[in-house]
Amino acid sequence: MSSSKVDFGKLSFKNPVVMASGTFGFGKEYGEIYDVSKLGGISTKGITLEKRAGNKGIRVWETPSGMMNSVGLENPGVQGFIENEARHLSDLDTRVIVNVSGSRTEDYAETVKRIESTPFDIVELNISCPNVKSGGMAFGTNADSAYGIVSEIRKSTQKMLMVKLSPNVGDIAEIASACVSAGADAISLINTIQAMAVDIYSRKIIFDNTYAGLSGPAVRPIALRMVHQVAKAVNVPIMGMGGITSGEDAISFIMAGASCVQVGTANFMDLRAGMRIVDEIEAFMDRENVKSLSDITGIL
Amino acid sequence: MSKIMYNNRLAENIYEIGVEGSFKGAMGQFYMVRAWEEYPVLSRPLSIHDLEEGKIVFLYRVCGEGTKIISRKKPGDEISLEGPYGNGFPTVKGRIALVGGGLGTAPLRLAAKTIWNSNPEKLDIYLGYAEEDINSNRFSKYADSINIDIGGYVTDMLDPSDYDIIFACGPEPMMEVLTRKAQGTSAKVFISMEKRMACGIGACLVCTCSTKYGNRKTCKDGPVFAGEDVFPDELKQG
Repeated sequence: MSSSKVDFGKLSFKNPVVMASGTFGFGKEYGEIYDVSKLGGISTKGITLEKRAGNKGIRVWETPSGMMNSVGLENPGVQGFIENEARHLSDLDTRVIVNVSGSRTEDYAETVKRIESTPFDIVELNISCPNVKSGGMAFGTNADSAYGIVSEIRKSTQKMLMVKLSPNVGDIAEIASACVSAGADAISLINTIQAMAVDIYSRKIIFDNTYAGLSGPAVRPIALRMVHQVAKAVNVPIMGMGGITSGEDAISFIMAGASCVQVGTANFMDLRAGMRIVDEIEAFMDRENVKSLSDITGIL
Repeated sequence: MSKIMYNNRLAENIYEIGVEGSFKGAMGQFYMVRAWEEYPVLSRPLSIHDLEEGKIVFLYRVCGEGTKIISRKKPGDEISLEGPYGNGFPTVKGRIALVGGGLGTAPLRLAAKTIWNSNPEKLDIYLGYAEEDINSNRFSKYADSINIDIGGYVTDMLDPSDYDIIFACGPEPMMEVLTRKAQGTSAKVFISMEKRMACGIGACLVCTCSTKYGNRKTCKDGPVFAGEDVFPDELKQG
């Protein structure tokens, strides 16, 4: 069996399969279903400075080959995270990425500072959440504001700083380049695509927050294109995501330039998707005689 | 994967499916059901209608793409069941009423059987249907009385002060009315909530239920909640 170990900047992952923020909680629940230490990593639910209750109303809606969500960053806040989730996560034999979100630059900075004392190596800066009224995606939709927040957060952490990008932009490569110029060590993409649903009988919008975030296989070709564009534009490692449901999907993102991949919606299609995708990647490597994933990373 | 034993239409868009296998579960718990490979992306949460040696039964309404696919499955076809999930109804004693509205009768069948077998002081069942009786005969072995309402308000049929415990499942307004009606009486009301779910195990937070203690996960902390926690007494709160 091939080893799918990968380097990601100065760090290494036992395999490139990371569970995407918001789909895997803090790993506890899936840990009751399978051994999550088999995974390359877990990106936590998005953490904000203060605890948040998230959005009201319907939070999930299916679409052809995908789904929309409007959770709105419900989370225990950074203190709750440190007190109740960090210990359990640090006991797992997998790499933990702390996903951080917020409404104001100073809140992001304070959250990141408080996370500094945790044993986790990577902060994933979410400047791309489409489901909150202020902040979130607004930071990530133009190059200047992305540069501004990333350069501020850079001052607050020694950890690897990975910036999660929104696909709801004109030129994603430009935004990625701005983040790297501002000190980002890595880029992850894509967050969900802003979307909408209507109940034509009640003549109302489905989501209380009007728009929601589309994910799942429906977005995969778009995500793949954006990963490719960003990989051509920056020279930091990339974590690619967007509708990956199989080892073959993951390999396509790796060939397009991603060193690691994240798996989100697929966890709902198959609770054991993460583990299965690791196996499928390694089976592909055996079959195609790929000695190391670095041999096929960004070859396109 | 498990094998479907039968998949019978009971009424317009309403089906009862039996699946072969030795499944676990308690009254009020549910399974995430999937009868397809990839699409639709989400599995369907269905509460356990009945559980016997070698068989589990679900009652469902065709209301979207997923349940439509399930309704077309034939005996011998395969179906995937993940679970049981959720807290289920608590173990109770005394004078008990079960109140179901429409498809809300789904989790009450196993509740009726379980409670009846524990020799309750009294077990009365109230079933409300919009248009026709779909399954009251399923309850006849397990109750002191069965009371049926068609087209009206099932909650008008009972006096909560006749009971110590009421289990309810149905439309939210029905459960809210019942909870309020029972305030200040001897009866403690437990309701089983229905929400759209994605993971089913408490990780994704799309099935959040707002309670007086803050958000709770319907799939993991529920689906059964104390009625007063979900529909708190506004007077007391104010």
